[in-house]
Amino acid sequence: MTDAAAFALITIVICGLVTQALRFLPFALFSGGRGTPRYVAWLGKVLPYAIMGMLCVYCLRDVTFSAASGWAPSAIAVALVIALQAWKHNSLLSIGAGTICYMFLVQAVFV
Amino acid sequence: MRRLSSEVIKKAFVDSIPIMAGYVFIGIGFGIIMVDKGMGIWWVLAACVLIYSGAMQFVTINLITGGASFVASAVTALMVSCRHLFYGISMIDGYKGAGWKKPYLIYALTDETYALVCRDNLPEGMDKHTYSFLVSLFNQCYWLIGCALGALAGSVIAFSTEGIDFAMTALFVSIFVDQWTETKDRSSALTGVGVSLLCLIIFGPQHFLIPTMIGITGVLTLIELIRTKRRAIDPFEKGGDQND
Repeated sequence: MTDAAAFALITIVICGLVTQALRFLPFALFSGGRGTPRYVAWLGKVLPYAIMGMLCVYCLRDVTFSAASGWAPSAIAVALVIALQAWKHNSLLSIGAGTICYMFLVQAVFV
Repeated sequence: MRRLSSEVIKKAFVDSIPIMAGYVFIGIGFGIIMVDKGMGIWWVLAACVLIYSGAMQFVTINLITGGASFVASAVTALMVSCRHLFYGISMIDGYKGAGWKKPYLIYALTDETYALVCRDNLPEGMDKHTYSFLVSLFNQCYWLIGCALGALAGSVIAFSTEGIDFAMTALFVSIFVDQWTETKDRSSALTGVGVSLLCLIIFGPQHFLIPTMIGITGVLTLIELIRTKRRAIDPFEKGGDQND
């Protein structure tokens, strides 16, 4: 194995170990015989709503406002997803239509 | 029993279709870039199996090509993947009693898988651990297929897939809308969006996740303490009944 290959492999292993450690850590800390502390159980119940809000912002974090092409495709497509989902409650429809709309906007309108 | 299992397979598959679209095409993008940087199919598969996190895998390419030190790589991975702590905390009760499936469920808990399994939308009598396991497995298959396709056949994909990664954004937004309409108490959803936006403005797109997670935990705890004090009841007792 060359030095470059060894370097790449070790980097992949490190990134994998850290990512998986973060996934397993909460379960390692709070599982087992002791039972989940009341505060952690409460957090587990209220967090999903906040996390989904955080993930929406996370996906849109690279939006910029210096030109319309930086924000308009995302804004229009997100508005379409929200409207369709609130109206029809069909995730496949909302996600499909929103994605096609976004692809059209970035490839053909705001180029 | 046989009928039940075909129902759970069908539900897991249908729910995972939006992720199929996103994972296959984002995976193709990952495979193409890896090959472009001189790393072939085995490197692609190693990253998929060892890391299995879309965002982290793309960052790993930059770490490798940029020649980052191992310490810098570990710190970067910590920053990028820290949000998985949140998913774990939120699924401790949900994955309780999953038995032999549990290690795989935790290993495969990506953003998108979390978005599907954190919901409480299964019909009466359907086993949630089987459902979560199938969703996790389907999603990882899509990811592996996409990454392998990108590595092996990236150059022959004729049509432009620019913007297809919006499928992931659309997935999170649609679930957010569902949660919004299903619950009366919007304090958690509003806290999530508000704190994230505030931290994004203050800390910028590269570094806002860790402050956001601390901020969300702090604000939600504060709201609960104020509410329970006003009603003179113990905090954290109700397990955060959002339908109250």
